[in-house]
Amino acid sequence: MVRTEELLLNVGPQHPSTHGVFRCIIKLDGEIITEATPVIGYLHRGTEKLAENLNYTQIIPYTDRLDYVSAMTNNYVYVHTVEKLLGVEIPERAEYLRLIVMELQRIASHLVWWGTYLLDLGAMSPFLYAFREREMIIDLFNELCGARLTYSYMRVGGVKWDAPPGWIEKVRDFIPYMRKRLEEYDALVTGNEIFINRLKGVGAYDAKTAIEYGLSGPNLRCTGVKWDLRKDQPYSIYDRFEFDVPVGQNGDCYDRYRVRLAEIRESLRILEQAVASFPSGGDIMGKVPRVLRVPEGEAYGAIESPRGEIGCYIISKGKDKPFRLKFRRPSFVNLQILPKLLVGQPVANLIAILGGIDIVLGEVDG
Amino acid sequence: MTEDRKGEGVEVSSEPEQAPSPERAKAEALTEWIRLAVGEDAIEESYVNEKDGNRICLVVRADHWPNVARLLKEKERFDYLRSLAGVDFETHMEVVYHLTSLETRENVCVKVRTSRESPSIPSVASVWATADWHEREAYDLFGIRFPGHPDLRRILLPDDWVGHPLRKDYEPHDPEV
Amino acid sequence: MMGGYAAAIGTGVLMLVLVLGFVTYAIYFERKVIGWMQARVGPNRVGPFGLLQTVADVLKLLLKEDTVPERADRGLFRLAPVLAFVPAFASIAVLPFSERLGLADLDVGFLYYAALSSLTTIAIVIGGWASNNKYSLIGGMRSAAQMISYEIPLVLSVVGVVLLSGSLNLRTIVEAQAGWFWNWNIFPQILGFAIFLVAAISELNRTPFDLPEAESELVAGYHVEYSGFRFAFFMLAEYVYVFAIAALTTVLFLGGWHPPFPVLAFVPGIVWFTLKAAAVVFFLFWLRATLPRVRSDQLMEIGWKVLLPLALANVFLTAFAMEIRKAVWG
Repeated sequence: MVRTEELLLNVGPQHPSTHGVFRCIIKLDGEIITEATPVIGYLHRGTEKLAENLNYTQIIPYTDRLDYVSAMTNNYVYVHTVEKLLGVEIPERAEYLRLIVMELQRIASHLVWWGTYLLDLGAMSPFLYAFREREMIIDLFNELCGARLTYSYMRVGGVKWDAPPGWIEKVRDFIPYMRKRLEEYDALVTGNEIFINRLKGVGAYDAKTAIEYGLSGPNLRCTGVKWDLRKDQPYSIYDRFEFDVPVGQNGDCYDRYRVRLAEIRESLRILEQAVASFPSGGDIMGKVPRVLRVPEGEAYGAIESPRGEIGCYIISKGKDKPFRLKFRRPSFVNLQILPKLLVGQPVANLIAILGGIDIVLGEVDG
Repeated sequence: MTEDRKGEGVEVSSEPEQAPSPERAKAEALTEWIRLAVGEDAIEESYVNEKDGNRICLVVRADHWPNVARLLKEKERFDYLRSLAGVDFETHMEVVYHLTSLETRENVCVKVRTSRESPSIPSVASVWATADWHEREAYDLFGIRFPGHPDLRRILLPDDWVGHPLRKDYEPHDPEV
Repeated sequence: MMGGYAAAIGTGVLMLVLVLGFVTYAIYFERKVIGWMQARVGPNRVGPFGLLQTVADVLKLLLKEDTVPERADRGLFRLAPVLAFVPAFASIAVLPFSERLGLADLDVGFLYYAALSSLTTIAIVIGGWASNNKYSLIGGMRSAAQMISYEIPLVLSVVGVVLLSGSLNLRTIVEAQAGWFWNWNIFPQILGFAIFLVAAISELNRTPFDLPEAESELVAGYHVEYSGFRFAFFMLAEYVYVFAIAALTTVLFLGGWHPPFPVLAFVPGIVWFTLKAAAVVFFLFWLRATLPRVRSDQLMEIGWKVLLPLALANVFLTAFAMEIRKAVWG
């Protein structure tokens, strides 16, 4: 009789493909995974607890560090929720600047995802091409607010820095360049047979499961559910612009891939319109008192980050520091479905599935 | 804008000229319906949070919560649990659930209160699968127990951590930090 | 007698030096070419244009601490790299580089190569096992499965060439391709060439078939526990096989040392041979820079369900065509 034993394999926390300090304990039967247990919390820094002792403006740099690949959207969800409680009006120019940087950030984040996903799958070159494009976006941000990754750009009531002269033109010039590059990416990767075989039908789930698990962003839209907070629960000035919400059909890794690439295209569309109608003057900060004392109340603000729904729940007792600050982090929620997707899959698909969920550990752990 | 609070069927409004928002009517209807279906004391309070885009808020009694949850999910189609947050008000503890219906785009906020000494709220992981990790996080950081949860253990902090950091009375191991 | 032995050893040492030189500059060029394809420059600091990069790397590997994992099987652990390299180097003996250059003229030249390359598979399994590490074990097993599966189409794809040339002797096979470039075996044997190339890349464990080394999945697979010079031996073995496969492709399908047009015969044969082999090597680098990795079960499928039937079909077609030609033209 052949006796087979189950192999317990520990993936991470240090591993090139886990995108950070993430550990997954898998039980293997040969090459097939029978059980997977994710272990998270290696990057937990207690942001929510720290926030209780910081005033509202001091919390902004901490928000950058949650999802550090997409800091602008984190900034925004936080200041947006505080603004809800304050009831302050944001000037036009500030709204436009916020929207432009958020969409640029979406493109940059998806580029990071694309490059690293392909690197995990074995293709080395797309990583460098993606980062070459991302470098251009980062340079734009650098010019705008002085930072490359953790911007702390937004403030309660507006934004901190105005666009320097010529900046909007640079954003406008970037758009056709990026469009051309997207076509190259499609030619190089999307149609590649090896690539399609690695992703098609892998890690599939249906819409009902996705909703049950509270998935959001491309992870939800790949199943065909057309739910995008920019359109369905609009915030900022998104309702002024025309753009589509790409959806998939089969809920597999390949659809997630296509949805994300299509989202880059849609972001470019939004950027084009925003840059064309950018107001020529105006304030970048609304009327906010020097010392922010937020009136008593609570609010939950949620926006569409590149990874899904990022939410911020603030309870204020009328002081200058929040009573409770909770972040609803998309990567944390999206990661929960991983054990379910891995059962019955060969080990090589672990990387494809994990990469397809697109997690950032800073966000998973908070 | 002050919040309109609705107690035991008595309407108290501080600005009588203000026309009640459509959400108020919905909140009232929802409350009545749940009270009929689950129990008179299922909903302790219901109001509309104007600052938060007129979000309907319900305060549900802990022991009726699983039934109310099922009702909200199946009959009212609040199939999407967006967020689950534990809160430590020094007098009691609360868990705040934010639900959305993807179909009708309606939002509702549910609060369930529990004591501070032995906080315990029935788990809704069987109603919304996403509640699993959220409840583990609330347990990890607040010490709130969720009877009925399939695997309640710490998720963010190491398994041997002592204490629940987000509680207001938490003593850090090293006060310098 | 002694003179004969001395000459043999001398040639062996010369070949070793040449092969090591090839490996050094193949690694350098791989990094440069892939760098250029990725919009960057590759090594350019160590020595002029970075030419001494590999020398520096090898020096580093030599100076590293020789770690053997505590509970590894010491004897097998030490044996594996050697067992990987020796067959690679020995297989060079049958390759004819030009009309006069060549080491051994075996009548079963190709079979000799095929047999030796299988020994490296054993070495990889031994290395994976002896490391006492789950990752290496999985890597070793995967590698064994892969190499065994692809040996068969590799050998079968050459049967067509053997039928056309009438011999397993590599020199005879090259001589049968004399004349203009359309006499090269790649044209009648285009299917065999394609299968050979795909199977060869899999034998070499190179992208897109580099599962045993999948850095991003198993953190280097079967050689994860090897450091220093023992690791260098595995790398060396891989690149010597690249050399051997490039040479073999040139000999079997690209006309060996023959020029494409007879008028260019004044250029020495060795130059043509080098150019063609270099083109094959460049193609391998190009693939590495471009393609993603194939999953192990898909790899097995390709090997058994696609390449093997095609290789068999190729053999039948070739035999059939030869019979027709004999019947029609006598």
